[in-house]
Amino acid sequence: MYRGQSGQWSWLFHRITGMGVLLFLLVHIVDITLIGFVSGKVYDDALRVFSTGIVRLVSLALIAAVLYHAFNGVRIILVDFWPAAHKFQRQMFIGVLVLTIAGFIPMGFFVVAPIFGHCPTGPNGCQPFLI
Amino acid sequence: MATATGTRTIHIKVKRYQPDKDAKPYWQDFAVQAEGNDRLVDVLNKIKWEQDGTLTFRRSCVHGVCGSDAMRVNGRNRLACKLLVNDIGARVTVEPMLGFPVIRDLVVDMEPFFAKYEKVKPYLMNDEPAPRTERLQSPEQRERYDETTKCILCGACTGSCPSVWANPDWVGPASIVNAHRFIFDSRDHGGAERMQILGDRNGVWRCRTIFNCSEACPRGIHVTDAIEEVKRAIMFGTTDIA
Ligand code: FES
Repeated sequence: MYRGQSGQWSWLFHRITGMGVLLFLLVHIVDITLIGFVSGKVYDDALRVFSTGIVRLVSLALIAAVLYHAFNGVRIILVDFWPAAHKFQRQMFIGVLVLTIAGFIPMGFFVVAPIFGHCPTGPNGCQPFLI
Repeated sequence: MATATGTRTIHIKVKRYQPDKDAKPYWQDFAVQAEGNDRLVDVLNKIKWEQDGTLTFRRSCVHGVCGSDAMRVNGRNRLACKLLVNDIGARVTVEPMLGFPVIRDLVVDMEPFFAKYEKVKPYLMNDEPAPRTERLQSPEQRERYDETTKCILCGACTGSCPSVWANPDWVGPASIVNAHRFIFDSRDHGGAERMQILGDRNGVWRCRTIFNCSEACPRGIHVTDAIEEVKRAIMFGTTDIA
């Protein structure tokens, strides 16, 4: 392994989170498809899976991946279009991490709290999202 | 620990490989007495001259000018002749650069690298009849590409680039740096041709702005920035705003 610096890690995380988000997108396409191609009942059952504790924990990874990929994407766009950006790429990487963590904490709280019987968005917040 | 002067023992771990003899590369340890302001190349010379004459590496100028001795030192590409013992610590690992076929020990095959370098036509292209004196240029025009004139073609940037490891057909950072040197030269008229070459799928776009190249360059060239300038010149069709 080459001992690269922040730029190498930012790229590696970007790749991994990109693959993770793509994987989720495929799952998401499948679950949405159930409603039209299978039945509303199967769709409801499938969505209930998203409320289970384990899948809530997996959702945490999804939140982190989406936030990181989005913020780092902006960093890459800046590097591409703003001529002075290369001087600040390291600082921008730190900014990406800070923003990712700052977004992750509240979002993660809402997703994980129901596992502990706490429903921050009211009693319906812990219910599976039903149509 | 290391002090500025005085002799100390350097433990150096070298990746050895002789393709016609060894099944696979292996590590060999050496202990060498060295001064703080000896360079890594001096340490390697001591090994070769005093301990193991079969150790093979390239060096020529030994002053950071010819670009012969780029290698991976403690995980990062460096010129062995520009690295002081003071700056590398008492334990050092030395390996050939990644992304190049190994010929023997620390010597890598630079032929594919130079073939890619030639692909970008790294020479002045100007069909106008040569003037009686120089082709004049203002200090500002000269300044525009000053940084990329400093490349010594050591390959440290190219060997540090994950896009190069993944795709040996990619032109790689060093070629783009040398294209930049002419694309932004006011006397050169071959910019469009070079940008056509670099606009192709194995051109600039495989750069993922990883910045390993900028860190590795022993000449302090902001390689990623130069690549980005070429990207913008291709995208906007002009070198004026890049
Ligand atoms: S030997 Fe010439 S650059 Fe190091």
